[in-house]
Amino acid sequence: MSGIPHDHYEPKTGGERWLNNRLPVLGLLYDTLMIPTPKNLNWMWIWGIVLTFTLALQIVTGIVLVMHYTPHVDMAFSSVEKIMRDVNGGFMLRYLHANGASLFFVAVYAHIFRSLYYGNYKSPREVTWIIGILMYLLMMGTAFMGYVLPWGQMSFHGTAVITGLFGAIPFVGEAIQTWLLGASAVGQPALNRFFSLHYLMPFILAGLTVVHIWAFHSTGNNNPTGVEVRRTSKEEAKRDTLPFWPYFVMKDLFALAIVLMIFFAIVGFMPNYLGHPDNYIEANPLATPAHIVPEWYFLPFYAILRAFTADVWVVMFAEWITFGIVDAKFFGVLAMFGAIAVIALAPWLDTSSVRSGRYRPMFKWWFALLVVDFFVLMWGGAMPAEGIYPYISLIGAAYWFGYFLVILPLLGVIEKPLPMPATIEDDFNAHYDPKTGGTHTVVKPAE
Amino acid sequence: MLKTAILAAIAAMGLAGTAIAEAETHITDYDFSYEGPFGAFDQMQLQRGLQVYTEVCAACHGLKYVSYRNLADEGGPGLPEDQVRAYAAQFETFDEELDDFRPATPADKFPESALPEAPDLSLMAKSRAGFHGPYGSGLNQLFKGMGGPEYVASLLTGYEEAPACAPEDFAGYYNVAFASGGFPESCIDDEGHHEVPGSWIAMPPPLLGDDVTYEDGHEASVVEEAKDVTAFMMWTAEPKMMARKQAGFTGVLFLGLLAVLLYFTNKRIWHRAKYGPRDK
Repeated sequence: MSGIPHDHYEPKTGGERWLNNRLPVLGLLYDTLMIPTPKNLNWMWIWGIVLTFTLALQIVTGIVLVMHYTPHVDMAFSSVEKIMRDVNGGFMLRYLHANGASLFFVAVYAHIFRSLYYGNYKSPREVTWIIGILMYLLMMGTAFMGYVLPWGQMSFHGTAVITGLFGAIPFVGEAIQTWLLGASAVGQPALNRFFSLHYLMPFILAGLTVVHIWAFHSTGNNNPTGVEVRRTSKEEAKRDTLPFWPYFVMKDLFALAIVLMIFFAIVGFMPNYLGHPDNYIEANPLATPAHIVPEWYFLPFYAILRAFTADVWVVMFAEWITFGIVDAKFFGVLAMFGAIAVIALAPWLDTSSVRSGRYRPMFKWWFALLVVDFFVLMWGGAMPAEGIYPYISLIGAAYWFGYFLVILPLLGVIEKPLPMPATIEDDFNAHYDPKTGGTHTVVKPAE
Repeated sequence: MLKTAILAAIAAMGLAGTAIAEAETHITDYDFSYEGPFGAFDQMQLQRGLQVYTEVCAACHGLKYVSYRNLADEGGPGLPEDQVRAYAAQFETFDEELDDFRPATPADKFPESALPEAPDLSLMAKSRAGFHGPYGSGLNQLFKGMGGPEYVASLLTGYEEAPACAPEDFAGYYNVAFASGGFPESCIDDEGHHEVPGSWIAMPPPLLGDDVTYEDGHEASVVEEAKDVTAFMMWTAEPKMMARKQAGFTGVLFLGLLAVLLYFTNKRIWHRAKYGPRDK
């Protein structure tokens, strides 16, 4: 743990010294737990703990669910019903696990948008950012495959639609789709491999979580001002930071308790609200549901996928210039993956030297619009692809790309940033001034 | 934002002026005792519903995920064990070891549907949504619930005289709550809108009133019978609902308590960092 100067671990007892000389695990734990953390972190910095907890929750409930689940096309659905009816506490395990996926995505979206606003992705934290995006992709893959396992109607037909996306790749698409499914259509081979991967990927996610934490512990946390912690001396660093334990552990645990309270209310009182009723009908290849809709957390990208229809000029142009290789379907697939790729590229697309959106008067509004756009796209993805909705999705998709590819690069050039506090200590004291006896001062920068 | 919009929201798509091939339906927001965080199943209602199921629905529909022993479960119909045994014995079940049929025991499951086209009812109340929208926002379901039971009850009470626009010999029975059945071309206007709600369902009206004689003297009108059997179907779909709400309540309560304690702990820990040492 380089970066911010701080006190290192000193073994206090003979036993500690013995162990630490052979494996510096105590030092590692100490440095991780006592890491100097900017003391002005606000409540948007709690989502990391929520995500870590949710990953653990999903792994623990998942492992127990697997003890009762049968990955077979004729038995999967009834084994889930067995869990719901006959396994002790099985209904809670399954509802926690199913809604846990939603909690996971609520937290990850809050985490990602927090980072987009405060410029956490900017130098020197690009690697943390890229690993984070990889984790997000893994999460999406895991969630999608998990949704297939109950083998309900939406599981089955959703799988057909999503793997069909790969079928849209020119020349090799069909072969890739067959390879993914292990057959020409969704069936037993697909269920088996999705089950296998759904079990594997969370552990990769856990590994990446360690790397993610390692990366930002090396650079130090960003903070709401985007001003770096002073590193010239330990004393100066101490005035900008507080150790993670107990200050941030307690703060995060308090936030986690509130989040879990809401989560438990949903699990206990409305566990099916975020799901789809059709998934309580066993998969039937011969009966396609009227509307195949992914889970809510995929909707914004699903909207982008469907927004680019054959009558959009960009699509027509792409088709013409590639001699028909890039058709509307493939264009949609590219757009969907592209929408995530541009998030990953944010560190290089954002030209502003100012990290935090707090001190970027124009950026602030464009960012707010991006958040609105995200919800509009989510809504657009839920609506049927008829009438006015594809146009709304198209406008939403255009803004999404516009924000990352045009607005972020341009703003850095044309925007005049507001004055920033010189140090984190100044920012913190502006909120909590010891001299005024603990009353909040009014000089609160607009957020 | 979260929910799919199937029916009502699609009706709202008239905004877009496009041809919509799906029907609007009439779903009545019936009140059930188990609604809300503290609602509980009405044991008498579940027993009445079981009677309606047994005497009416079971002729065609199965309950393959439910075991007879579940009828004795706490938070369910709560039949005494001897009654469960007697109830199960009315049915025959195929025993693979005997390679023959034998009278069912409480350990056996209810039979599957007798008619191949009749869907199993075990999960019916959870696999349908009565409420949608508005505009795909999912807000109706947030405030009213998913509406599965309301949909089932509305369907059972939704049979009406076929509208004049339909041909006399159109297949099925007109039902204002059913969306996915046949619909005569003659009832679709030039813009593609359905002129009447609902569609034509293959199932003949199952409840006509006084189909059963309730032992507790409860009124056996179509609406009451429909509500009773719907409550029973909600129980077959979610037999652990009471335990789930209990767990949810306990979870929220204890997490709330934990949050309060953590709030004060956190406040105390941060006080010195925020405001300097306390004046003594």
